[in-house]
Amino acid sequence: MSGAATTPALAIADAVRRRERRAVEVVEEHLAAIAEVDGGLGCFLEVTADQARRRAAEVDAAVDAGRDPGPLAGVPVAVKDNLCTQGVPTTCASRILQGWHPPYDATVVTRLAGAGAVVVGKTNLDEFAMGSSTESSAFGPTRNPHDPERVPGGSSGGSAAAVAAGLAPLALGSDTGGSIRQPAALCGVVGMKPTYGTVSRYGLVAFASSLDQVGPFARSVADAAALYDAIAGHDPCDSTSLHQVPPACGPAVGSGVGGLRVGLVTELTEAEGVQADVRRRVAEAAEALASAGATVDPVSIPELRVALPAYYLLAPAEASSNLARYDGVRYGLRVDGDDVADMNARTREAGFGAEVKRRILLGTYALSAGYYDAYYGQAQRVRTLIIQAFRRAYEDFDVLLSATTPSTAFRLGEKVDDPLAMYLSDVCTIPTNLAGHPAMSVPFGTDGAGLPVGVQVLAPALGEAVMVAAAAVLEQAAPPTSLPTVAAPTLTGAGTGRGAATGGAR
Amino acid sequence: MARLARIALTEDELDRYAPQLASVLEHAAQVAALDTAGAAPTAHPFPLRNVLRPDEPRPSLDPQVVLAEAPAAEEGRFRVPRILGEAP
Amino acid sequence: MSAPDGWEAVIGLEVHCELRTRTKLFCGCRNAFGSEPNTNVCPVCLGLPGSLPVLNEAAVELAMRIGAALHCEIRPSVFHRKNYFYPDMPKDYQVSQYDEPINVDGYLDLPDGSRVGIVRAHIEEDTGKTSHVGETGRIHGAGHALVDYNRAGVPLVEIVSAPDITTAAQARLYAAELRAILVASGASDGRMEEGSMRVDANVSVRRVGDVRLGTRCEVKNLNSLRSLARAVDHEIERQVGVIESGGVVEQQTRHWDEDQGCTVALRSKEEAFDYRYFPEPDLVPLDPDAAWIERVRASLGPMPADRRAAVTALLGGGEPSDARSDQVATVVELGLDHLVTAAASAGVDPALALARTANEAAAAAEAARSVDPAAYAALLQMEQRQELSATQAKAVLAELMAGGGDPAQIAGRMGFEALAADSLAEVVAAVVAEHPDEWERFCGGEAKLAGFFTGHVMRRTQGKANGKAVAAELARLRG
Repeated sequence: MSGAATTPALAIADAVRRRERRAVEVVEEHLAAIAEVDGGLGCFLEVTADQARRRAAEVDAAVDAGRDPGPLAGVPVAVKDNLCTQGVPTTCASRILQGWHPPYDATVVTRLAGAGAVVVGKTNLDEFAMGSSTESSAFGPTRNPHDPERVPGGSSGGSAAAVAAGLAPLALGSDTGGSIRQPAALCGVVGMKPTYGTVSRYGLVAFASSLDQVGPFARSVADAAALYDAIAGHDPCDSTSLHQVPPACGPAVGSGVGGLRVGLVTELTEAEGVQADVRRRVAEAAEALASAGATVDPVSIPELRVALPAYYLLAPAEASSNLARYDGVRYGLRVDGDDVADMNARTREAGFGAEVKRRILLGTYALSAGYYDAYYGQAQRVRTLIIQAFRRAYEDFDVLLSATTPSTAFRLGEKVDDPLAMYLSDVCTIPTNLAGHPAMSVPFGTDGAGLPVGVQVLAPALGEAVMVAAAAVLEQAAPPTSLPTVAAPTLTGAGTGRGAATGGAR
Repeated sequence: MARLARIALTEDELDRYAPQLASVLEHAAQVAALDTAGAAPTAHPFPLRNVLRPDEPRPSLDPQVVLAEAPAAEEGRFRVPRILGEAP
Repeated sequence: MSAPDGWEAVIGLEVHCELRTRTKLFCGCRNAFGSEPNTNVCPVCLGLPGSLPVLNEAAVELAMRIGAALHCEIRPSVFHRKNYFYPDMPKDYQVSQYDEPINVDGYLDLPDGSRVGIVRAHIEEDTGKTSHVGETGRIHGAGHALVDYNRAGVPLVEIVSAPDITTAAQARLYAAELRAILVASGASDGRMEEGSMRVDANVSVRRVGDVRLGTRCEVKNLNSLRSLARAVDHEIERQVGVIESGGVVEQQTRHWDEDQGCTVALRSKEEAFDYRYFPEPDLVPLDPDAAWIERVRASLGPMPADRRAAVTALLGGGEPSDARSDQVATVVELGLDHLVTAAASAGVDPALALARTANEAAAAAEAARSVDPAAYAALLQMEQRQELSATQAKAVLAELMAGGGDPAQIAGRMGFEALAADSLAEVVAAVVAEHPDEWERFCGGEAKLAGFFTGHVMRRTQGKANGKAVAAELARLRG
């Protein structure tokens, strides 16, 4: 366990700040791991090797000059390819944006730089973050490092798999209905969706604006907390950014759960389709919290049953409007036509994949005259009911516990032609998006087949600190998890990842 | 819907998406059937109000950077095929 | 012209005005007219992926000023997205206020005594500009189009009147008065020719006595008050013609063709758009508190109607002539009435003050607005005391508007040395003494000899004497 790929992000930063390690070496090791393994996994759409090397040299120079480059000094970070990076292609895994070079950085990318982190590349995702398997990427799927025949989850599958495989200690994703937590669970890493408004959305290519939130992936709760602390905070460029100082999560790691009231959410654990193995792990997690001093009681929140259908009206509706701008006029793909409307329609036909088209159609329908009240308007009311129901639950509990996903990683292609089955894999994660609350997934053992299981800790708005404290306790108590079969050599022991990687050629 | 969404779907796509969307909408019907009387619609999870910006100019982009991304440009402007009909 | 006998028109106007902010509605790009194409654009107003809008406080304040000036209720409001595809719209939706606009239920009193209701005055963003390139110019048959997004995201307020207007003349009066109010409130420069104020007219006709409304048509492309009046007149006549010849008016959007003098159908409402309005999730509700609203109302100066009344009152003597009324309207519309008031309160004849302001000052209104009212008053006093001739006074005014300063010093610098009344009397007395014969004949009734004496006085004073003052002095000596 000596390589960079197994070292926690905070340990890397610590070593770089003390001049015990050089950021350039750390980056080279990770670039080498990416070069060796990613051909088989498909985590990255773009590896920004030259910029990463330059940036790492700047970090080292700052240390040499006696300056502190920041809490993430020299830590490689993988960035989901729906976050804008100036001059670096940002595709959202869509043909319609292929070749687009944003003229600006997302606020979170600027904050990463401010914290001394080094962006090593842009990761694969379901096209425009619409999906739960990363299979709807126009540039091919990402494979699960634990089993390359299985999906990494989605939509932030590239980021989750990159962290799991040791290609970056940290990654950024975005979570609209579970797109951080679900792939974190399927890949056996920590993933956190922060309170809506604590992390800026400026520069995050919008899917569903009132639900989207950027958040961290890491291999430990402490690292995830550190990344959250680095990216959270008010941004005047985002009107929905909260003005409150976000809770500091780093210090909460290790503060324990003594006296904490934990509610085990029946609807998100006993729900139809939740795998027995997963259910068992959630029960064990509840016991672990109890033996660490928390009181755990079941809680029923029946309103959560309608969260999924409400989400599948709200998110596509907002998406249908957010994705109208891809019309072939100003940037990205254009397919010529007789007149401008014809050009628009041909461009969008050629540029969007099936899942994006389905959601645009669904959203257009939900907003159209005559259906607005029954669909979009009604879904917004359901949102109110869910917020109220959570509020009642949090009168009795400090945090809630549930499964992150109904099942462990499924096989590539298994749900591609059954949108509803795919949508159901977000059933446990969606309610918090509707409420705007934080939630995180922590690895907690495996299923019978050795695939990672994630448990989800939910907290009220701005409850990140207590959520992180509970997650850290679960992390300590978690049953051992098997190592990924495809991973950076230093993560699995020299070379063992190599053979498996060949199975994942795209 | 495809016309409103301005996507030139093929016949094959229309045949494929129609039943898929129907099944999702059937699921969504649960929502339509709920009694939500008394619940105001929520557009934002948090009740922020009056987020305003001072009226101070900030630098604009270099027009060359802007037009470099354009599929077609002419005379400093974005070029598009002929436009039939006026804006609504 | 009113509707043909037996018919009446029902007209409502929708006026879009660009707000006079420094920056756009949702980003820090300059709100400027006439820049090189695509130079005032950024990720936000270009609708680049990932960009987000942040509302300009000054735009909200100016919208509230408009609401206050139009006696509206200023209320909590919400932005919506109006979804439709058009290449001049970078996001393919327009951010606008829909069912919860900031200003509702106001009114506008017209100079003819009528009152037009204001349904709403809401905030929205402007679109970019397309220009059509190709064989026949306008739209049909054009080869291709070019788009400039400098105007995209410029703040607009759309002011929707109630259908209370019944004639083209009244429509014109409404638009003119509204423009004066927009300028007076500081919200807009009201320049129709630059497109900073744009008017659409909804016109329908019905037989007198009929309570049902006829089918309406919306007439667009009205670039001046004159086109507005002509287009409305034409549209009334066209609709009456259609019905009288047994046809049915179709609900349409029509385009005013200034050269042909007629309206042309653009689109019938069967192809109406489904805009799929929904609350803009990237913006939060706007809810100005009572103190802010009060501050806006209190800071609003007197409106054009009050200011016209104030100037008219200075003139005294009952109902002013049409010419005078026009002068009053001009100085108020151009924001120069304070000059008239300042001069009049310094003792200048209000008629003189009004004439100079409505003519010479109005000809260079922009410059005149920055003239120091005290200096302006001092100049007109000199003219009134006949220390300067009218021609000289106008020349000094031109200098004053160009560079400011003290009018007496300007007059001196220009060689218009003011001839004091007593020295003028001395010169006149001397000339009379040198020409006893002519003086005798003048006193005997040969009035034309006044010119003879004036000529001599002018020569001796190198033209500095005021003609009227010389005549007055001659009359005084003759007794």
